[in-house]
Amino acid sequence: MILTEASVPRLPRHVRFRFDAARNCHVLLAPELVIMPDAIAVAILEAVDGAASVGGIADILAARYEAPRDAVLADCIEMLNDLAKKGMIAA
Amino acid sequence: MNDLAPAAVKRAAVAPPMAIMMELTHRCPLKCPYCSNPLAMDRAREEMDTATWMRVISEAAALGALQGHFSGGEPMVRDDLAQLVQHAHREGLYTNLITSAVLLDQQKMHALAEAGLDHVQISFQGAESGIADHVAGLRNAHVKKLAAARLVRDAGLALTVNAVMHRQNLHQLPAMLDLAVEAGAQRIEVAHVQYYGWALKNRAALIPTRAQLDEATRIVDDARKRLEGVLNIDYVVPDYYASRPKSCMSGWARRFFNVTPSGKVLPCHAAETIGHLRFDTVQEKPLAEIWLHSEAFNAYRGTDWMPAPCKGCDRAEIDWGGCRCQALAITGDAGATDPACGLSPHHDMMLNLAVEESAAGSETFVYRMIS
Repeated sequence: MILTEASVPRLPRHVRFRFDAARNCHVLLAPELVIMPDAIAVAILEAVDGAASVGGIADILAARYEAPRDAVLADCIEMLNDLAKKGMIAA
Repeated sequence: MNDLAPAAVKRAAVAPPMAIMMELTHRCPLKCPYCSNPLAMDRAREEMDTATWMRVISEAAALGALQGHFSGGEPMVRDDLAQLVQHAHREGLYTNLITSAVLLDQQKMHALAEAGLDHVQISFQGAESGIADHVAGLRNAHVKKLAAARLVRDAGLALTVNAVMHRQNLHQLPAMLDLAVEAGAQRIEVAHVQYYGWALKNRAALIPTRAQLDEATRIVDDARKRLEGVLNIDYVVPDYYASRPKSCMSGWARRFFNVTPSGKVLPCHAAETIGHLRFDTVQEKPLAEIWLHSEAFNAYRGTDWMPAPCKGCDRAEIDWGGCRCQALAITGDAGATDPACGLSPHHDMMLNLAVEESAAGSETFVYRMIS
């Protein structure tokens, strides 16, 4: 599976994303796996709601951070595909 | 910050644990001769009640544990399993059920999924009923496991096949990989038996020859390429044949702790074999205090305890000196370098033991039982 601008990403049932108070950071949890995403990845993952497309997420983040949409979109596609390869994002 | 005492500085350096292993019970319908439970098992009447386990789960989450593993024995013999899973889920733990799955049916699967269970690991003793039921010491176990795997996938949960391998089923490894793919598992743990507890007692009947191990490794390497993106393969070798030790528990008391059915808190499930250590219980002390201050946890934590050649080795913080229980079992000293390491003075002795014992072999199992 390769995500494009039109894909609608979601977290699979068996993947959890939440804030961890003990470490003061966000964590992405899967079988035998803990990932601590960086600030950009957290912003993208917070916009993953199973309804917004990758392009829609890029729109939101580009507006919020006043950043060029093309660069934001490229970041979103790269990050989400990286997680999809690990089975941590579905579409 | 300058007025901190050295002890406080040391304490501050202890990171929160990543995972809690909850051995809810030692009861199990299977009798596997490599069972990881201790030879002296806790009885049903010694098991902690629901309320105490719920408190332990809350304390573990507050301490920073991210993953909660429900294990045993067979955790499904506990009537309160779904209740405990739900509590762990509400506390934010990623919940994992490690099970033989012979007691899993549609109704229980539904209750566990509703409770928030994320991941199920089902152990398989072989790729077909003949060898699998013989190793488990339970008739019809294998077909029940296959049916249970389907229930897990139908419920949308993550599924891992735990393929426990040894000299008597290693020839079925290719079929085990096929079984995992057909069951829809995302992961398989191809785990050669590790020799502690019951497995140590049965080592002569379990230990593969070097040739068998090399063939298994070749099959795994090949399958990793062939099944990339389909099945994630974790591979655990019997390290009697290794040249570097496993990073046991990712370092003693560094990321993980285990709570026994009766409430003892251990740095690993086999730690009670180290007779001179004293283990605190959740009835006596809060988990946070045990994690930071327990004598047993601090005995081999970090690198200060290490003997030569571990001390100063550039792999000291990679393999953490290997396994304390194996060091004890082979050298008689839990504080020795793991003899799996080629730099250990006991390395050749352990390797020869593996070569000789696997050449002689044995077909006779001592099945696990409560004495």
